[in-house]
Amino acid sequence: MIKQIAWTGLMLLSASTAVADTPATFMARYAQQAGVAVSALSPARGEALYRSEHPGQSSAAQSCASCHTANPKQAGQTRVGKRIEPLAPAANPSRFTDAAKVEKWFRRNCMDVLQRECSAQEKGDFIAWLNQIK
Amino acid sequence: MNTLLRGIGVLATVGTFSLLVFSLPSGGEARGDSGAGDVMPRLTHKAWQQECASCHLAYSPALLPRASWQRVMGGLDRHFGENASLDPATQADILHFLEANAADSGRSRMGDKVMQRMGANEAPLRITETRWFVREHDEVPRATWVRKSVGSAANCAACHRQAEKGLFNEHDVRIPK
Repeated sequence: MIKQIAWTGLMLLSASTAVADTPATFMARYAQQAGVAVSALSPARGEALYRSEHPGQSSAAQSCASCHTANPKQAGQTRVGKRIEPLAPAANPSRFTDAAKVEKWFRRNCMDVLQRECSAQEKGDFIAWLNQIK
Repeated sequence: MNTLLRGIGVLATVGTFSLLVFSLPSGGEARGDSGAGDVMPRLTHKAWQQECASCHLAYSPALLPRASWQRVMGGLDRHFGENASLDPATQADILHFLEANAADSGRSRMGDKVMQRMGANEAPLRITETRWFVREHDEVPRATWVRKSVGSAANCAACHRQAEKGLFNEHDVRIPK
């Protein structure tokens, strides 16, 4: 009985460590989905995506930087004034460690800014840029 | 004119009386809210706090009726101009919580107050459109809402400094410059 509990505990522990993600694991996954090598991900393209402005759904042009600010090491602000923790892992180590969260926000925010979902290549480039910010 | 004034007087008296009746502290504790008038019912729900509060204050379910929450949660991909879509399981979980504690659930005094001013078939999308909200804030000039430091009426915490804790006491209000 005790052995069984210990085993279950051990399995849960290993399962939870198995799903722990890092910026590097995301980059590897998105590169694979895009059918390119990780080395083919481009921080420069990632930065361009971050800063590019697009016509907004309602009025003014918007970009990722509209809410996350021009410097992703800084905290941003939602439209109703709530703090957004920094995007860059250098300033916020909890970024890009949770697959469900990362996918949720890419889906929502790409739809808001680009009016479409982002491709795996774009997501990989994006994280490649943020991850090399010191 | 005289009858009109008298009518208003009668209405005010009846209104005050019913407010008094509904404001009696008895029963408040049992329903999860304190005796004070400006306190949101104390509620905890993981997904509601995690998801809704990542962009804005986790607005109390007691501020809108069930029908409103159904409309809000049915249109998350176009949530006041933003995509706030959720996976179906989380969405259903949050809606269930909102419905169970909605203004018309009878579970909080705050909800009762909101419903006193709500038409039978009303299902506003915005808390700021409810007659309860409008009346509670009727002394705030229009220009104040759009100040940069406030942003919009959706930003409760700009003035209600204890809003995150569910406290909306009038004495804690500090309107920023």
